[in-house]
Amino acid sequence: MKLNTNSNAYIIVYSAILVVIVAFLLAFVYKALKPMQDANVELDVKKQVLYSLNIRDLDGAAAEAKYAELIEDTLDLAGQKILMAEVNEEPIMIFEMKGMGLWGGISGYMSAHFDSKTMKFVVYGAYFNHESETAGLGAEIKDSQAWQEKFIGKQIIAEGADGKDKVVLSVVKKVEDPETQVDCVTGATLTSNGVDEMIKRTFGILTGEYDLGMDEKELEKLMMKACLSDKDSISDAELDKMIKVKKAEEE
Amino acid sequence: MALFSKQNKEVFTNPLNLDHPILGQVLGICSALAVTSQLKPAIVMGLAVTVITAFANVIISIIRNTIPNRIRIVVQLVVVAALVTIVSQILKAFAYDVSVQLSVYVGLIITNCILMGRLEAFAMQNKPWPSFLDGVGNGLGYAMILVIVGAVRELLGRGTLLGIQIIPDFCYDFGYVNNGMMTMPAMALILVGCVIWVHRAYFYKEK
Repeated sequence: MKLNTNSNAYIIVYSAILVVIVAFLLAFVYKALKPMQDANVELDVKKQVLYSLNIRDLDGAAAEAKYAELIEDTLDLAGQKILMAEVNEEPIMIFEMKGMGLWGGISGYMSAHFDSKTMKFVVYGAYFNHESETAGLGAEIKDSQAWQEKFIGKQIIAEGADGKDKVVLSVVKKVEDPETQVDCVTGATLTSNGVDEMIKRTFGILTGEYDLGMDEKELEKLMMKACLSDKDSISDAELDKMIKVKKAEEE
Repeated sequence: MALFSKQNKEVFTNPLNLDHPILGQVLGICSALAVTSQLKPAIVMGLAVTVITAFANVIISIIRNTIPNRIRIVVQLVVVAALVTIVSQILKAFAYDVSVQLSVYVGLIITNCILMGRLEAFAMQNKPWPSFLDGVGNGLGYAMILVIVGAVRELLGRGTLLGIQIIPDFCYDFGYVNNGMMTMPAMALILVGCVIWVHRAYFYKEK
């Protein structure tokens, strides 16, 4: 018997069966490969953190080991992640950044430290990533290592005219102050503006220009705790005491 | 019918020369331009397309007599989309950095004209084995151009092949500069044009 492959009933049954088979197959493949994909994504994040510490030539297990060696602690300030690292016995803070480019999200890591000579808070290294910027233009924030290296040594926070701390690191079209400004990517003004805003927002948390929606005292405690070496054994009351002492000293 | 009869050989070799998908039929140009700025993604993309064309051809050829004529394009698309999704998931699991580089273009294999063209023109009328050969032949033909264009662009644009530096340092000391134009998609179009020109001039013979 030859089936009439053009009858409506046959078409409906045929497509239903086909879709169910394909759906099962895809679900199976997705589930089977998920753990490996997650591991890859995790490793990629670790590599990005290392890139921001100017360590760019490691892959796979070497990167994993280096990351474990350098990164000591992770702080979470209401969603803003700050990683604590120690490179050559110098403490370095790595800030996770998230922002908007022209076509989609952009992200990155910027590591910062206190310059031992000038005692200014400066950039140690930077790495940016993007979801869908144009190759050759906006994508240069990720692809151009030279552009990322322009950030190294720039001052991030300085005291403004009114005595309050301000984020001074910026990405601009015309560099007037080479101490704090980085030339934007030619042909990618909007992506560069996105990077600029991302930096302002991330470091604005430290200067108080950008509100995390977190209690000020809580924030102070967390920051204080991060600076201590025996942070696991310390109690809340002791922290309160230390903050009071520090305030009294400042006054 | 023998596995490698004269007919089957022609099915395999024609797309490599006379009936070449890019050079002869000018199909699949968009992705050929996009992923060839470096050699490695070009090779991976070529392999992915070869595997997908071959298996899509086989699957469609096996079920060709059951496919209702009115929804045959839909069925072809479902098969291709499923295969592409599987390949993209495998890439993410085993070659993460390549999958990041290829980004949207793996997904776009679904709409690659070579695939739909071969399914509609060949697999719907032929048995599985010739269909498989036809798929591999077309995929390899496509991969060949990707590799040629990718190699030229990476060598002249970055001075490297597969990330390994080829042009020695002393050339740069004498003032040699990498051609930034080569990394732009526009140069890929010009290079593909040159390859088609050479092919037409020296290899292509009218039947």
